[in-house]
Amino acid sequence: MSVHKSGITAALFVAVLLLPIVFSEPFYQHIMIAAGINIILAVSLGIIVGYLGELSLSHGAFYGIGAYTSALLMTKLSLPFVLAFPLAIIFTGFMGFIIGIPALRLSGHYFAIATLGFQGIVILLIINMVDLTRGPMGLSGIPSPGAFDLFGITISFQDKVPFYYLTVAVMSVVLLLTRNLIGYKYGQAFIATREDPLLAASIGVKPRKYRMLAFVISTAMAGAAGSLYSHYTLFISPDSFHLGESIYIATMVIIGGRGTILGPLVGAILLTTLPEALRFTGDLQFVLYGLMLMLVVVFMPKGVIGIFDHLKQPRLQQNNHAG
Amino acid sequence: MAFLSIDNISKSFGGLSANREITLSIKEHEIVSIIGPNGAGKTTLFNIITGVESSDSGSVRFAGADITAMATPEIARLGLVRTFQQTKIFRDLTVVEAVMIGHHLHDRTSLFGAFLSNRFAREQRKKKLEIALGILEFIGMADRKDSITQNLPYGEQKLLNIAIALAAKPKLLLMDEPAAGMNPTESIRMMDTIRRIKETGITVGLVEHNMRLVMNISERVFVLNYGELIAEGRPEEIRNNQKVVEVYLGRQRRAGA
Repeated sequence: MSVHKSGITAALFVAVLLLPIVFSEPFYQHIMIAAGINIILAVSLGIIVGYLGELSLSHGAFYGIGAYTSALLMTKLSLPFVLAFPLAIIFTGFMGFIIGIPALRLSGHYFAIATLGFQGIVILLIINMVDLTRGPMGLSGIPSPGAFDLFGITISFQDKVPFYYLTVAVMSVVLLLTRNLIGYKYGQAFIATREDPLLAASIGVKPRKYRMLAFVISTAMAGAAGSLYSHYTLFISPDSFHLGESIYIATMVIIGGRGTILGPLVGAILLTTLPEALRFTGDLQFVLYGLMLMLVVVFMPKGVIGIFDHLKQPRLQQNNHAG
Repeated sequence: MAFLSIDNISKSFGGLSANREITLSIKEHEIVSIIGPNGAGKTTLFNIITGVESSDSGSVRFAGADITAMATPEIARLGLVRTFQQTKIFRDLTVVEAVMIGHHLHDRTSLFGAFLSNRFAREQRKKKLEIALGILEFIGMADRKDSITQNLPYGEQKLLNIAIALAAKPKLLLMDEPAAGMNPTESIRMMDTIRRIKETGITVGLVEHNMRLVMNISERVFVLNYGELIAEGRPEEIRNNQKVVEVYLGRQRRAGA
């Protein structure tokens, strides 16, 4: 079973590596990079939504904090990407910690509203700190991660294919870390606080500690996505990180299926590619897109990957009736 | 020396006095029950002991430490764990997963180790699984390990709640109405389980309404009524205590009155 599973994972990974070779048009490669960044965003938000059971509406803001931090570190302080990238992650995680202190005292709708407020504050700050961020005009002239020599061939991250592999590398690390986080003590503690804070506390799980841990890790990962984004598009503005973006990421998690890692991943791919796939329908694309989202929400409450649950259902029921 | 000592605990909700200057203690390796009519303040007392609620005055000491102001997880770390009257289980998980979570305090995996999925992390998880399976065996639910917790019948949910608590390796286990709502067969099974828990060296404190169970397994019984401790003693003393009989059955009406 497990050998079978790791075989599938390996095959998928090879397919992911071959994608830009099979689809060599820059347009497809752009979508693949966007999907990779969105997967990082959705999987990281999935830690909060799926495992803490809280809806955060500020993931777009943390994404933006990562993007601006990384861009400013490279433009103003001329740091290389290899420094700007981790520093952006650390700073975004730190901001997550600061926001987590008041927000994580709340839960349910109150938590969602608190993160909504923070989302608004961040956008206002970006717009108004004109000296630093150039406000609504946005930051341009952001350097790309640079280039390196491989066997005498210069590989520049300004090109789409190398950047795609960079994105896949970061995405793979995020997926691996998330899987391991969830698979051991920490993920179990997150689930415990989600299911029953009182019961969790009674067996020694400190709800505040673990909620904070999940929140900081999740926001730090959003910072990684932000850094990648800014050094890919080379131009960022507040428009990319507003509330709509936060809702978009949350939709990926919910459409895909929360409480799993695969769900947000599938959701991110679907929501990145679907609008492009529907483009040929012209104005109708928004109607179709909206309709599809509605259908998923109504008929697949557990998200798209919930279909697999339905396939497993008979076995579960047998178990429950036995003994 | 007392293992758990409750000294002069008082708690009121608005004008309602739930606990009034209660002083009692539990010795190591005994089974003690707290009984009393509904609303006597038994659950409130458990909540105060385990840090779920804070008392207005008085103190609680456990295994030599003052735990009056401690938070629930810290109290659990000292080895004082409780179960709940409203059965609490981790829903949506399998039975064995839920019991594994109970062993949280003894899982020494570091965040870094988990991220790397190193050998220590995997060993800790394996050990946790073995302990959870052992506990399910002990409690007689080994065949249920892969069932989803919320699909279990009521009696087994109660047992699962105890299994989760046992996984935390308590020194003192407080159980809030473990046999509530159980049919006679189930409550006999529960009585047997509690006895076997005690035999493993765990001290047991019970809040329970099922008198047959209480009188059968308790070494000492405390009786609360309207927040006050009105009697304490061995089961047979309690059974013949005039005050206790009045609380439960009412005062005998004198002829001609």
